[in-house]
Amino acid sequence: MTRAATITRRTLLIGATAIAGGVAFGAWAVRHPHDNPLAEGLGAGEASFNPWVKVTGAGITLITPHADLGQGAVHMQAALIAEEMDLEFGQFDTAFGPPDPAYYNRAMAAEAGAAMAALTPISAAMAEAVAGGAMKLFGVQGTGGSTSAPDSFDKLREAGAVARETLKRAAEELTGVSAAEMTTEAGRVILPDGRALPYTDLAAVAAEVAPVRDVVLRPSSEWRLIGRPMARIDMADKVTGRQVYGIDLAPEGMLHAAVRTSPRRGEVLSYDASAAAGMRGVQDVIAVTGGVAVLADNTWRAFRALDAVEIAWGPAAYPAEQAEHWEAVGASFTDARMDAEWRADGDAAAALSAGADVAAEYRAPYVAHQPLEPLNAVVLVTEPRVEVWTAHQLPRFLQQRVAGVTGHDAEQVVLHNQFAGGSFGHRLEFEHVTLAAEIANARRGTPVKLTYSREQDFATDFPRHIAMARGRGAVADGHVTAIDIDVAGAPVTASQMGRIGLGGAGPDTQLPAGVWNAPYGPEHFRVRSYAVPGLAPVSSWRSVGASCGGFFIETLMDELCHAAGADPVEERLRLMTDPVARGVLEAAAEMAGWGRDPGEDRGLGVALVESFGVPVAEIVEVTATEGGIRIDAVWVASDSGTVIDPVNIENHIQGAVVWGLGHAMNSEITYRDGMAEQSNYHAAEGMRMHQCPRISVRTLEAAPRIRGIGEPPVPPAAPALGNAIFAATGQRLREMPFRRHVRFV
Amino acid sequence: MRLTVNGTEHELDVEPDMPLLWVLRDELGVTGVKYGCGIAQCGACTVHLDGMAMRACQVPAAAAEGAEVLTIEGLGGGDALHAVQRAWIDEQVAQCGYCQAGQILQAAWLLETSPAPSDEEIDRVMSGNLCRCGTYPRIRAAIHAAAAALREG
Repeated sequence: MTRAATITRRTLLIGATAIAGGVAFGAWAVRHPHDNPLAEGLGAGEASFNPWVKVTGAGITLITPHADLGQGAVHMQAALIAEEMDLEFGQFDTAFGPPDPAYYNRAMAAEAGAAMAALTPISAAMAEAVAGGAMKLFGVQGTGGSTSAPDSFDKLREAGAVARETLKRAAEELTGVSAAEMTTEAGRVILPDGRALPYTDLAAVAAEVAPVRDVVLRPSSEWRLIGRPMARIDMADKVTGRQVYGIDLAPEGMLHAAVRTSPRRGEVLSYDASAAAGMRGVQDVIAVTGGVAVLADNTWRAFRALDAVEIAWGPAAYPAEQAEHWEAVGASFTDARMDAEWRADGDAAAALSAGADVAAEYRAPYVAHQPLEPLNAVVLVTEPRVEVWTAHQLPRFLQQRVAGVTGHDAEQVVLHNQFAGGSFGHRLEFEHVTLAAEIANARRGTPVKLTYSREQDFATDFPRHIAMARGRGAVADGHVTAIDIDVAGAPVTASQMGRIGLGGAGPDTQLPAGVWNAPYGPEHFRVRSYAVPGLAPVSSWRSVGASCGGFFIETLMDELCHAAGADPVEERLRLMTDPVARGVLEAAAEMAGWGRDPGEDRGLGVALVESFGVPVAEIVEVTATEGGIRIDAVWVASDSGTVIDPVNIENHIQGAVVWGLGHAMNSEITYRDGMAEQSNYHAAEGMRMHQCPRISVRTLEAAPRIRGIGEPPVPPAAPALGNAIFAATGQRLREMPFRRHVRFV
Repeated sequence: MRLTVNGTEHELDVEPDMPLLWVLRDELGVTGVKYGCGIAQCGACTVHLDGMAMRACQVPAAAAEGAEVLTIEGLGGGDALHAVQRAWIDEQVAQCGYCQAGQILQAAWLLETSPAPSDEEIDRVMSGNLCRCGTYPRIRAAIHAAAAALREG
């Protein structure tokens, strides 16, 4: 707990400091000067400072430490600073900034607190362990858990306001006019006589004046940018091919590397590289941890040579066959395996002692992340430092892992974070970067780019955890009266933290996610979780536990409503008291015209799941056609508080619905002989254009504080679709992917 | 071999079976064309070969010899934006953006062959281009908008 306590107590003081040619506004952190990665660019004694805004005579740079995985994090972070600083788009550049604790994620710390509160009924010690674990994992400069917006919302506006007011003080110093009489507009300080002083002209003076710290954030009524549609600053580059991703980098003298590591995550028994060694462009074939790498002068030549290497793999440390994984999960609903009891309202056991009206088992499979940009990293190892160019969500941990490979200190590892071609949780992992570091370390002085083939990426993807639920419930007088649900699965937090080198996670908060916090209050409601050891290693997958838990509880709820003869929307509303959650369900029902007769062979299904503090309701309409199930439309209502950009949030929610539906329909990872059977997109494609419905979105803003939206619209998609298919056909879907049981057009 | 990319002719010494994708990316530094799957399942490497939308990962270098290759860098010609690119910006389509060059080239080719495509036609022609971020609703809207803009000239 000492580390967590240190982070919690760390005081971040928004301030300013002089830099070459101007001034920087940002956070002073209580640290030793030699810790600072920016020290090279700063004067003596100024090293414990990390900026969000840099202003020099040459221009303005906004630092956006949250990784951009496609969600528009760079634009969002820049817009928050620009809002208070009165900057226009086009007047500044952005940069990710170096890994640094000064950029630690306040919102992730808050999420750890929420998990702690959930566990209060269990034991204080256990709660502490869970919160400590979460803090260790995410209480640093992390991007994940839908926290970028809540983490940034206040502190980046504050940084912008400090910059604005200090620049006005500089103008006062220069002109003798009182700062109180000045305004700011479009990157300039405006004097009462109408003269305009560009910020860039004030940079040198601003570095000399005392920074103004007692700023007041503008009320929402004065916002110019927040709440209005903005053209994302990365959009033009992304439609013209100018956006550079990590995979596109090619520093002078670079070698291309390809790697094949054990598809069973085990040992290499032997390999024969004789056929590969002489192939055109091949520079070397080397053994790496768990596999073999080829260095060549071209990616394709490296891939092709690697295909010519014959490798014998050792066994997997987890069950070889998928059926054995399910057997292990199914055998884990025992007292010995119980992780925690998360909810015990009323007395569900007694209420169901006479028998349940609904008793069913639900399954959620392993699923791969597979963002479209394959994993890659460019690494250059030299004596004084290691440079890494890659897109990553946990920069500080990445530094430590790379340093462990090359023998440097973590501070000697320089990460140049990159725009990512998607992530969905994939770029929380380290293996591709440590392998690149291993290869580059064997070629010190030469930059090496490791590009995963899609097949390598699929074979070694740490998938979404596998999970199963056994649910029972009772109904009486047309209403749902009791719910008792047990969830068993591979504990994702422990798996992921084990790879980071952190242990002691306590009960896995993700296994019951979406279930224990379902916003319903039937008379009797019990939720327990069971951790299954020894399964395949797993990782956070967009919305993590709630992607399984939401499917379980919301399908069970639909079955119970059906058994009670109750309307699925009305009965949910009857069981809910939280006004924010009620609001989204009422909005979705209104949007969909709930209650209408959809007509023959058509059906409407509803689901409501709260994850990452955000309730999202979705209603799906399907038609059972001769060619299979067609999804006609989805209506989504969410409430994540203040909306920063209504267009970007709509795009993001639509994408999350596509993600949730597509994988629920079509995707899974299954193991055979210890290896994933799915090797490329033909076998696990998610959703394609022809299956994509109309998706209408309404974003409510009744929630008291801003939350992230990247993940919360995913979990309701699968149960809403399954419930719609039941309404249209009478066939109940209790296992994903649905295409195991129904055909889609 | 000789290859014409976005109007510029290149002289290259590569294996005849090296896919055009890797010739463009690693030999010529044309990185707007993306590697996604290598087996024509994702469409991220879509280019125009003599005016036809093709998956560059499936075109051997020898088959591209003498052909005109157009990539996202050459669409619209120089600094101008193609109507499809303008519509993409208006509709704010991209999220991570990695698939978008392929989507845009596929959509531009669709509009050359069918100036006013129906949703069904869009679905048919675009379903080979995977978008993991799920921007399909906006792609559909942008194609309709671009089609209207092109018809109005």
